[in-house]
Amino acid sequence: MPTFVRTDKCDGCKGQDKTACMYICPHDLMKLDKDGSETGHAMKAFNQEPDQCWECYSCVKICPQQAIEARHYADIVPLGGSVQPLRGTDSIMWTIKFRNGTMKRFKFPIRTTPEGSIDPYAGKPAADMSKISEPGFFCQENGYREGDRSELIRV
Amino acid sequence: MAGEFGNPEVIEEEVDILLIGGGMACCGAAFEIMRWAEGTDLKIKLVDKAAMDRSGAVAQGLSAINTYIGSEQDPADYARMVSNDLMGITRDDLAYDLGRHVDESVHLFEEWGLPIWKTDENGERHNGAEGLTPLKDGGKPVRSGKWQIMINGESYKWIVAEAAKKAMGIDNIQERVFIVKLVNDKNDPNRVAGAVGFSVREHKLYVYKFKACLLAAGGCVNLFRPRSVGEGQGRAWYPVWNAGSTYAMAAEAGAELTMMENRFVPTRFKDGYGPVGAWFLLFKAKATNAFGEVYMDRNKEMLDDYPPYGQAAVPASCLRNHLMLKEMREGRGPIYMDTVTALANLRETLSPREVKHLEAEAWEDFLDMCVGQCGIWVGENIEPEKKNSELMPTEPYLLGSHSGCCGIWVSGPEDVGAPTDEEYDGIPEHLPKGWNWGYRSMTTVKGLFTAGDGVGASGHKFSSGSHAEGRMCAKSMVKFALDNKDWKPELDTPVDQLMEEIYKPVRNFIEHKDYTTAIDVNPNYITPRMLQFRLQKIMDEYVAGVATYYTTNSKMLEVAEEKLGMLKEDAEKMRAKDLHELLRAWENYHRILTAEAHMKHIQFREESRYPGFYYRMDYNIVDEDNWKCFVNSVYDKNTKTWTCFKRKHVDLVDKSKLFK
Ligand SMILES: Cc1cc2nc3c(=O)[nH]c(=O)nc-3n(C[C@H](O)[C@H](O)[C@H](O)COP(=O)(O)OP(=O)(O)OC[C@H]3O[C@@H](n4cnc5c(N)ncnc54)[C@H](O)[C@@H]3O)c2cc1C
Ligand code: SF4
Ligand code: SF4
Repeated sequence: MPTFVRTDKCDGCKGQDKTACMYICPHDLMKLDKDGSETGHAMKAFNQEPDQCWECYSCVKICPQQAIEARHYADIVPLGGSVQPLRGTDSIMWTIKFRNGTMKRFKFPIRTTPEGSIDPYAGKPAADMSKISEPGFFCQENGYREGDRSELIRV
Repeated sequence: MAGEFGNPEVIEEEVDILLIGGGMACCGAAFEIMRWAEGTDLKIKLVDKAAMDRSGAVAQGLSAINTYIGSEQDPADYARMVSNDLMGITRDDLAYDLGRHVDESVHLFEEWGLPIWKTDENGERHNGAEGLTPLKDGGKPVRSGKWQIMINGESYKWIVAEAAKKAMGIDNIQERVFIVKLVNDKNDPNRVAGAVGFSVREHKLYVYKFKACLLAAGGCVNLFRPRSVGEGQGRAWYPVWNAGSTYAMAAEAGAELTMMENRFVPTRFKDGYGPVGAWFLLFKAKATNAFGEVYMDRNKEMLDDYPPYGQAAVPASCLRNHLMLKEMREGRGPIYMDTVTALANLRETLSPREVKHLEAEAWEDFLDMCVGQCGIWVGENIEPEKKNSELMPTEPYLLGSHSGCCGIWVSGPEDVGAPTDEEYDGIPEHLPKGWNWGYRSMTTVKGLFTAGDGVGASGHKFSSGSHAEGRMCAKSMVKFALDNKDWKPELDTPVDQLMEEIYKPVRNFIEHKDYTTAIDVNPNYITPRMLQFRLQKIMDEYVAGVATYYTTNSKMLEVAEEKLGMLKEDAEKMRAKDLHELLRAWENYHRILTAEAHMKHIQFREESRYPGFYYRMDYNIVDEDNWKCFVNSVYDKNTKTWTCFKRKHVDLVDKSKLFK
């Protein structure tokens, strides 16, 4: 199901250099058609290689205009279904529509801390250089498993 | 000078340590390394071909962390499981060491905000946002298997990347730069001194010089023809953007590869390749043939053909495929996951509250990591409580961190009894003896480190283990850089020559494009797309792809060898009409080298070590007497040839415990 961009919703990320969808696609698929020469729709984005789309939904989730949806791979999937997310800061909501019209909605948590709030080294010790050649990390929080040395048959 | 297409601006930069990739391994390395580097004035940089928030195999999210040891299991148990799943040939030192470290990374993920499911004192499950006791303080995870724990993981990568980016500092991160090759040192051909790549956004060529580098650019997909060849070809199980860069660049730099004959052929929900783990382990579903017979029961005597690997409580992954393929070959397909019975059974044993969550959990399993599978379910009107879904083994993928073990030969820990000598002849002189040579996770090339999918002969590290492994590298790279403080890298190739090589596809295009009226059909160049199709056809038809039900033999491999040789020659004629196509060109070049290594190793190993993943029909047995050993190789970039050889396998933990 390659993604597609709705002409009525995409605003080209307001003419910024870096559109959100171009920024995020891990496979470099989303492209802004600045002058409309590639799609006939100037200042709107498009998926430049639909058959390379992994349907990872990264672009769908990040688009500020909710302009990106997916049309399931035409060579595999019957038409008519849709799976559309709305990703917030702490949860994601999915609206799922079956070909036969059945609808389902789900909401799942995605994160327990505010976005951007990670302070990686806060409250953590400095690295102890004298231990740089030993196993273990600079900070340890009950996750290092020493192991029963008698299991090692050659030591 | 601002660059233009075909004439890029060249940016040269010298750092102490370069991290190539922004996936789980490099995110782990980024977090760990900046702390060890504090006060050392080491300069460290990270480059990723994509945006770290959503790059690599975890881009879409995951619904489980597949490696969490917990206080109730021992690293030795983990090393045993890894070994058995990979048919006995893994490095216990690497697996054991990973088992010691991995839970630390999981505890960090939870601290950073990843919701991890919990079980309360009554045994009821809760999602990860309900604020139950964290794992590090003794909270109980929901195990979907002996090693796996469930998460609400849509934002897994986003969270892990945030920590990595904060640790690195945004000025030390370069996104959208595709690294094409490593450059050896001018004075020591067995050492790396630099890396070159290009921006896919601006006309810029980046040349980095460094003392040490972590190459962790994931595994390899799309070297075999995928089962879907139309619009759906992007829906491989493995994320289409990891193109074997890790293996190809390491090989060209002279690093010793290991177990490149290994591959992973996951059995997944057909066409969407949605995960089956939770269905088997959490929902206790069974897979059946078309007539409702459970093939793992029906064909269980086939496991006896492969002692001892078939006799563990959980037989090796490839053997489970082997039993299923029998049904398919003998015409008892399609294969189904019996979701209907599984959900009905669960309804009988769970509380009403849990039943309500059950349906959501089943959908979340896909929505968190494989939305495409939901696409298929809605398109085909499949509700799992009402209709069973087909299963299918995919095309082969090469990777070293999931259920596969191909990759690079690295230096392991020194305190677990690893061998320090070799028994076999034929190992090239310049390579180290034994399993450790000083710096943990360094390859056989000085200054070149790897982690995650890059490390061979281990496997089953998954997301958490790859992160932890990146952290282990971080420490040893800091040590290496400090030990080599006064050493100055010098590239063995002049920068303008590197630029010419990398931009050759652009030159090919500009020079010849007006020769014909059809931009894609031209005798002077080949599009990266056609190059990829040709590679996939060769691999599929001769190197045990789906076309031949994963079978090959020495004669077919000979044909493949010749065809791959010509393909490699034609890669000189790749064209690139824009930066996006230049990216595809070099991705496919990396795929070709990875494919060649795979073919060479299968050719060298005269047995079928992984029945269900591939069969050499001329040696269709597991030959413990002659082939319970590592198959390793080195590539000579000047002669463009491979040398394969054996290294002895040694057990560091007692495997017989698996079978008691
Ligand atoms: C389909 C699938 C499902 C999985 N499910 C689970 C699961 O449920 N639980 C679990 O724990 N694990 C799971 N895993 C495993 C986990 O995702 C991997 O083990 C882990 O991501 C490997 O980390 P890595 O850093 O080696 O590679 P990746 O995370 O894939 O990162 C590779 C990085 O390299 C970059 N890159 C690639 N080539 C270049 C280049 N030439 N130049 C610059 N950058 C480059 C990429 O952009 C990316 O940032 C799954 C993996 C797959 C493929
Ligand atoms: S992110 Fe959305 S609005 Fe912005 S360019 Fe892409 S499709 Fe258009
Ligand atoms: S779904 Fe993923 S692969 Fe497809 S265009 Fe969007 S970001 Fe790219």
